[in-house]
Amino acid sequence: MAAESADAVKAVQAITDRKYKYGFTTDIEADRAPVGLNEEIIHFISHKKGEPSWLLDWRLKSYKLWVTLEEPHHWARLTYPPINYQGYCYYAAPRRSSDAPKSLDEVDPKLLETYNKLGIPLEEQVMLSGVQQNSAIAVDAVFDSVSVATTYKKNLEAMGVIFCSISEAVHQYPELVRRYLGSVVPYTDNFFATLNSAVFTDGSFVYVPQGLRCPMELSTYFRINEKNTGQFERTLIIAAENASVSYLEGCTAPQRDENQLHAAVVELVALDGAEIKYSTVQNWYPGDEEGRGGIYNFVTKRGACRGRNSKISWTQVETGSAITWKYPSCILQGDQSTGEFYSVALTNHYQQADTGTKMIHIGRNTKSRIISKGIAAGHSNSTYRGLVRVLPRAEGARNYTQCDSLLIGDSCGAHTVPYIEARHPSIRIEHEATTGKISEEQIFYCKQRCLSHEEAVALIVNGFCREVMQNLPMEFAVEAQKLISISLEGSVG
Amino acid sequence: MTCIEIRDLHACIDGMPLLKGVTLSLAAGEVHAIMGPNGAGKSTLAHILAGRPGYEVTSGTIRYDGRDLLIMTPEERARTGVFLAFQYPVEIPGVSTATFLKTAVNAQRRFCGKTEIDAIQFSKIIQEKAEKFGMNHDMLRRSLNVGFSGGEKKRTEILQMAMLEPRFVMLDETDSGLDIDSLKIVASGVNALRSNERVFLVITHYQRLLEYIVPDYVHVLAEGRIVCSGNKELAFELEERGYAPFMTNETTNEAS
Repeated sequence: MAAESADAVKAVQAITDRKYKYGFTTDIEADRAPVGLNEEIIHFISHKKGEPSWLLDWRLKSYKLWVTLEEPHHWARLTYPPINYQGYCYYAAPRRSSDAPKSLDEVDPKLLETYNKLGIPLEEQVMLSGVQQNSAIAVDAVFDSVSVATTYKKNLEAMGVIFCSISEAVHQYPELVRRYLGSVVPYTDNFFATLNSAVFTDGSFVYVPQGLRCPMELSTYFRINEKNTGQFERTLIIAAENASVSYLEGCTAPQRDENQLHAAVVELVALDGAEIKYSTVQNWYPGDEEGRGGIYNFVTKRGACRGRNSKISWTQVETGSAITWKYPSCILQGDQSTGEFYSVALTNHYQQADTGTKMIHIGRNTKSRIISKGIAAGHSNSTYRGLVRVLPRAEGARNYTQCDSLLIGDSCGAHTVPYIEARHPSIRIEHEATTGKISEEQIFYCKQRCLSHEEAVALIVNGFCREVMQNLPMEFAVEAQKLISISLEGSVG
Repeated sequence: MTCIEIRDLHACIDGMPLLKGVTLSLAAGEVHAIMGPNGAGKSTLAHILAGRPGYEVTSGTIRYDGRDLLIMTPEERARTGVFLAFQYPVEIPGVSTATFLKTAVNAQRRFCGKTEIDAIQFSKIIQEKAEKFGMNHDMLRRSLNVGFSGGEKKRTEILQMAMLEPRFVMLDETDSGLDIDSLKIVASGVNALRSNERVFLVITHYQRLLEYIVPDYVHVLAEGRIVCSGNKELAFELEERGYAPFMTNETTNEAS
């Protein structure tokens, strides 16, 4: 029909007009390590950061283990050519005249401009006396291998909240870092976590003291800029007894033909009665329509609910990366602790996502909830892979899992791979899974109500994801909805 | 002035002919009712006018304010004022009625070169209108048509009509599955919108709806053709005599 071909034309125009919005590069002088990975590079990184010897030793130990490990590509539903780990640069930092900017005024204006383009405010809003600042968000900005700015540090410090780059924390709070670094994700954990332990460059560090509900959203924006650079950030968040914090993470990268590597580790620790909410909007460059370029995203994220009544909640909206390999997990050690995982994984063109969670029930009456929404379009593949493991002591444990998949077009795939291991008779585990398509009736109905094909698909997909989206902080939810619409462009056939 | 000119329209689906030469003129300010037995082609006509894919128009023309309606996309038709109240409104899980309508209204406004309505302004307007149709705030927050009763679905359709203020409204068996209270609410919503600039095409099996929405013209569609036209009295006549006098043997075998 005429109507259909007009739609196709519009869809094609949309792809050519609006490509990846964050695909620009910043022309800035960089301090780089030589390409390749060996013990000397580890020394180089550690030296650049002026690290204490215990950390250098830890890195070297990790490196020595890593060279003996094999990349895990057997079990995940991902296909990609072998990664040449010697082809990457493991340290790149914008060159600065002084050692480090002392205040925001000293940050290179080009960097500030970059973050402005990304829509991330690095200028602190002036606090007006008597005016409530509800929407303020403290930001740590990581550019390639280093943190370039952290906002609202002073205000947070006054309340006792530590929010800084991990490099800075190593110097300022060595006992805390030493105590918790690698305590949730040990350097022996897996190939990518071991690599990260050897070469991690920067990331964020958060410590919320006992009894404090952090009044501000904390967030980190990761930006890969340099060519052939791997980004290996390390984030560590600790909520002490009865403390709570909400943390947001966003990421973008320039458009490049080659595949850039991103292998992060995030560790969360929640003590008695503490609560950590960790939200991610992952928008790394996904590659082009033919599957060229894009970020390889191999990430290990894990939270330990160490204390009684503690809670860790992961919310992720994954729309970027050529490959996503990511399983944010919860170790429910404390009795009555709760783990949550809310996920939207959207793949288009030739993207591949193998993502899910692990909920390890150790303590009594521990609860976990998994809501996963996978959307696959184009020639992409989206897999949910999740493990619910209940150990013998975890009397009264409960899990609820819901995995829904939505397919757009007929060249894509959605897969659900749940693993359940239960070793206690008193537990309750529920698993629900659905797979569906957007119906022609739905599309026609929306068109009859003035929406274009793409607007209709975006609306229906956003509805499909609502349960997850409503867990995001307000500002992020609006962004994430737009992101889903943009990521779907050109997907409707 | 809005007008719809349908000339000798033939259409089929999967090679099966459904419309066999429909000719109909609708002018602004008029309310037309189309009645007829199951399978006569009433809904087909409405769907073709709205641009539903799957039908093949084999010959004939439809002009909408002088434009060729058949080359317009469904959303273009909607944005320029063609509205179809569905017999079976579609469910959209996770999208609230309010969000859906805000998206629709703003898509239309963008098309007309108007600024979009913000959330606060929109919520005021929609709540005002919703109240008139006996819909509370809670209903606007529920996912569109998910778990709605028959009456709630039809009221929601009429609310959408009231929000979009179309120029050419088709009601496709809006009275089916309605209790008398909902029927009255739906009819009052339609009557409130009757004006010199608007055209209504009311498709129904029964005369009952037409007691509340009084038509200017009544047409009988049978065997894919308009076989008889008249004023509102024709509806009463049909109620008494049924459709049999208008049909040949051919029709009695057709499925609905």
